[in-house]
Amino acid sequence: MRGSSQDSTSHPVLTFWVVAGWVGYCLLPWYGVEDGLWSFQWLFDGYPFDSDYAPALFLIMQGEKLWLAPLLIPLILPLLVLRKVKSDPLYARMLVLAGALGFGWLIIQGFSIGIRGFNYDWMKAVFGDLGDRQFGMGYGAMLVASAFLFLLTQGIAARGAVNGDVFVVSAIGGVITIVTAFVFFPIAKMLFAAFVTEDGSYSVGVFVSKFFDDRLWGLGCLSGGRCGAAWNSLFLAICVGFITTVLGLAFALAVTRSGFRYKKAMRALTVLPIITPPFVIGLALILLFGLSGTVTVFIADLFGVQPTRWLYGMPGVLIAQTLAFTPIAFLVLIGVVEGVSPSMEEASQTLRANRWQTFRTVSLPLMRPGLANAFLLGFIESMADFGNPLVLGGNFDVLSTEIFFAIVGAQYDQSRAAVLAMVLLFFTLSAFYAQRVWLGKKSYTTVSGKGDAGVHPLMPKGLSIPVLVIAIGWAFFTAVVYCMIIYGSVVELWGVNNSLTFKHYVTAFSVRFEEEGIRWTGAAWDSFWTTITIAAIAAPLTAAVGLVTAYLLTRQSFAGKNAFEFGTMLSFAIPGTVIGVSYILAFNVPPIEITGTGIILVVSFIFRNMPVGVRAGIASMSQLDKSLDESSLTLGANSWQTFRRVILPLLRPAILAALVYSFVRAMTAISAVIFLVSAEYDMATSYIIGRVENNDYGLAIAYSTTLIFVMLSVVGLLQFLVGRVQIGRRTQIGTGRST
Amino acid sequence: MSAPKIGSKAAPVRFDGVSKVFGKDVVAVDNIDLHVGAGKLVTLLGPSGCGKTTTLRMIAGLEMASSGRILIGDQDVTKLPATDRDVSMVFQSYALFPHMSVLENVMYGLTFSGFKKDEARARALHGLDLVGLKGFDARLPSELSGGQQQRVAVARALVLEPQVLLFDEPLSNLDAKLRRQVREDIRAIQQDLGLTVVYVTHDQEEALAVSDEIVVMRNASIAQIGTPRALYDEPADTFVADFIGEANLITCEITEINGDQATISIEGFTHTLPSRGLPIGPATLAVRPSRIVIANGPGIPARIAKATYVGVRMEYTLEGGFGQVFAVQDNVDEPLEVGSDIHMSFAAKGPVLLPE
Repeated sequence: MRGSSQDSTSHPVLTFWVVAGWVGYCLLPWYGVEDGLWSFQWLFDGYPFDSDYAPALFLIMQGEKLWLAPLLIPLILPLLVLRKVKSDPLYARMLVLAGALGFGWLIIQGFSIGIRGFNYDWMKAVFGDLGDRQFGMGYGAMLVASAFLFLLTQGIAARGAVNGDVFVVSAIGGVITIVTAFVFFPIAKMLFAAFVTEDGSYSVGVFVSKFFDDRLWGLGCLSGGRCGAAWNSLFLAICVGFITTVLGLAFALAVTRSGFRYKKAMRALTVLPIITPPFVIGLALILLFGLSGTVTVFIADLFGVQPTRWLYGMPGVLIAQTLAFTPIAFLVLIGVVEGVSPSMEEASQTLRANRWQTFRTVSLPLMRPGLANAFLLGFIESMADFGNPLVLGGNFDVLSTEIFFAIVGAQYDQSRAAVLAMVLLFFTLSAFYAQRVWLGKKSYTTVSGKGDAGVHPLMPKGLSIPVLVIAIGWAFFTAVVYCMIIYGSVVELWGVNNSLTFKHYVTAFSVRFEEEGIRWTGAAWDSFWTTITIAAIAAPLTAAVGLVTAYLLTRQSFAGKNAFEFGTMLSFAIPGTVIGVSYILAFNVPPIEITGTGIILVVSFIFRNMPVGVRAGIASMSQLDKSLDESSLTLGANSWQTFRRVILPLLRPAILAALVYSFVRAMTAISAVIFLVSAEYDMATSYIIGRVENNDYGLAIAYSTTLIFVMLSVVGLLQFLVGRVQIGRRTQIGTGRST
Repeated sequence: MSAPKIGSKAAPVRFDGVSKVFGKDVVAVDNIDLHVGAGKLVTLLGPSGCGKTTTLRMIAGLEMASSGRILIGDQDVTKLPATDRDVSMVFQSYALFPHMSVLENVMYGLTFSGFKKDEARARALHGLDLVGLKGFDARLPSELSGGQQQRVAVARALVLEPQVLLFDEPLSNLDAKLRRQVREDIRAIQQDLGLTVVYVTHDQEEALAVSDEIVVMRNASIAQIGTPRALYDEPADTFVADFIGEANLITCEITEINGDQATISIEGFTHTLPSRGLPIGPATLAVRPSRIVIANGPGIPARIAKATYVGVRMEYTLEGGFGQVFAVQDNVDEPLEVGSDIHMSFAAKGPVLLPE
């Protein structure tokens, strides 16, 4: 029974990973299989001897890829300590040695030997020409790498790190490894790409010349010409951040501090950015204000003026982004406005301040950090936005689209894309850093948990009228824009032939029932199913990584925790276009060679959306008292069992929310996706962008409308399910809203 | 199936020079030695921040000792995490799992101890029976009162038959009346089953009532260990004397040592009591409020500064050349007037000498 595991010589977890290591080395194909592992085609194509499919063991037995042979040593080492007790110092030392050796060697050989033999000239000089090469790692290599990683973490745990807790040490090791591999490594690779000349050598001059390019920093617009993309982006982002904050505050005040009757409907606004693909607003604006837009034509007829293309450029992008990101500021500011303790305001009123003085001297200053936070969020979102500038930008260049054209267009200039990405990353990371370091310590609006029985006073009259006018006006505008989307999807050809038709839906989503079953004949089905599949695979993985990370951050203390937290939240501040560029630069060559596969899409979604899961997890986990974990531990459950049987069940609402949000975000993402899609794996959003570029607006809008309704039903289902997950009467467990 | 009995595998606990340092230089527990005998109820008592809860959590394995050795039974558990120790704990907040029924809560630990489901269930039901919660097994914790939740937490810890059972201020969330009853229940179960129990509290009355032995802690180290009686009657120093039973501390002069008896003098008044090895010279006299005699006969001149009627007795604050003392008198029918001059002396038994 209990207390016996101390002397036990059976280590089920260790045995599992040792066996996994050997299976990966001896049975699974070592390198990536072209048709995918799960087709099992390789089983009949000469496995295990054909060098494309052979496991490592068969490769070295045939005298090929001999650099894989040293891996046998760290695979054998742990066998020696399988019968040792955990407290034996040899046990820990051997596992650390085996894990570090194996993992280190895998990395060294992976980066040294690529598709052209040795990757570095000095190695050729020292060792001579290799005369062999290798491709990207496959499942065999991946399994062996995981085995070494977890041998290492078990060794570290046995040495007493984190109270010798294998699960926690392994989780930390696992998260660090994948975040390094899929966030830091590609970014680093991209930074290096900025210094690469056309013939492949490194030069600072390249960087300097691309960095000080006039297209980036030019100030021509001050004298009637065009400005550089960096200035455009910065100016746009500041405007968007400011306007969305003001509008968001107006909405938040209208909802929490006015007698306005339709508050519920206004709150529904917050769900819009979640379910709307980013460029759809841009499309709707074209229908309204474009050259043949409803409003444009109306005004032109009324005043007899010539319609202009004013929308295409800074004004259009600004309006579209403001529409798209105001709900985000609203969501943040509701929390801030409600978080101001009513008793502070009541105290102020009892001290003879009137409502306006209270608002100006107490409420508003208390909200100031929250306002700054909303501004920075709007700033980051605008910087990172790709869809709206692409649709509406015209000649107004911004960084995110410039990156895209640098790498996809005729220029194909990797180092220019890398330089642009660095500038963009600099802006967003500065904002992210400011948000965390400067604002992190300044929040006045913490809910203490003590009952705060007051009510917020209403806004003073002089304030409430303009606030309500702004909020209702903007809400109305938003509603019109969304109506245009639905209406636009059933119009034959906008501005030319305004008859109603379902033609676009038929083109996109027709099905034919035949004897063999349903045939998906519509043009959109391929990308639709791919999107659903990829999003469905990515969602549980995202939620899992996010929640484990949240568990580590809230429940465990270990050295370097702050850096760990910063690293995991960092991917939030990395714009999708930067992720996209860095992924194609990093992952189209061994050792991780996954461009053109569905895997790279899944991976990019996991790390783009991980912060959502982490935040949802942290929010609800910090409401669970720590003594629950501790009592479970003293009752004999280990930390993994505690996580599974106490924490996870209590977090069900948060898990559900994380699942749905990562699913929905994966469906609406465009900026990273557009770099990573391939003919085989096309996503809905990139397909729609393709239609837009061909001026096929009808189909694009019909498809977008369909996506909005699909996601609306998914989110609705979530609300329904979360409402039903209720635990106990007196417990207070958050619904895990990701705010 | 015959009802399983909850037995005891009570084991002693031993601390050898154990320290706990948080961060770089916050010393929570400073080099303590401690022995808790098998089957004994030992209380860790002290003001908040004295390290008593940290000590308890080190026995549980929720904190790891920075140095020193911890033994449970004859096994060295210093580096063993909580999961692998045969110790259960009752938390101040009870920490019942809100998503499990009462029965599932009590069965929780049993399922990790290798019991078959039927056996675990039978044991859990028996445990609930023992704490007087028969028939509550299907409820959720949120459907119980505070006292009932508390008893579920006790049952959950008991059914594992741990070598050591830990209580972290278990009564602090209960009202005064319930507190007395639950503390008697805990003591009765502990004695019936012969459990080793370590109990943390900051309430000295609670500690005196339940303990076989009390460990008084101060500033991360142990001030004194002893039975309730020994601590009360023979405190080792002024801190313990003051913390347990609010002793009045009066400066005095030892004028004469005669065998193991000393004669002391305060403002000319003399009193004879055990010397406890102190030499002639200045010392401190500790006198419990109830051992102060107010009389008109020989004594130290004093004046009544305050008089409070609390029903069962009178409480007085006396002032004089020695400072202020607090005294209680059972005579409530003829209370003394504030401002009246009296003479104060001490009961023959009770006052103790402490080093200055």
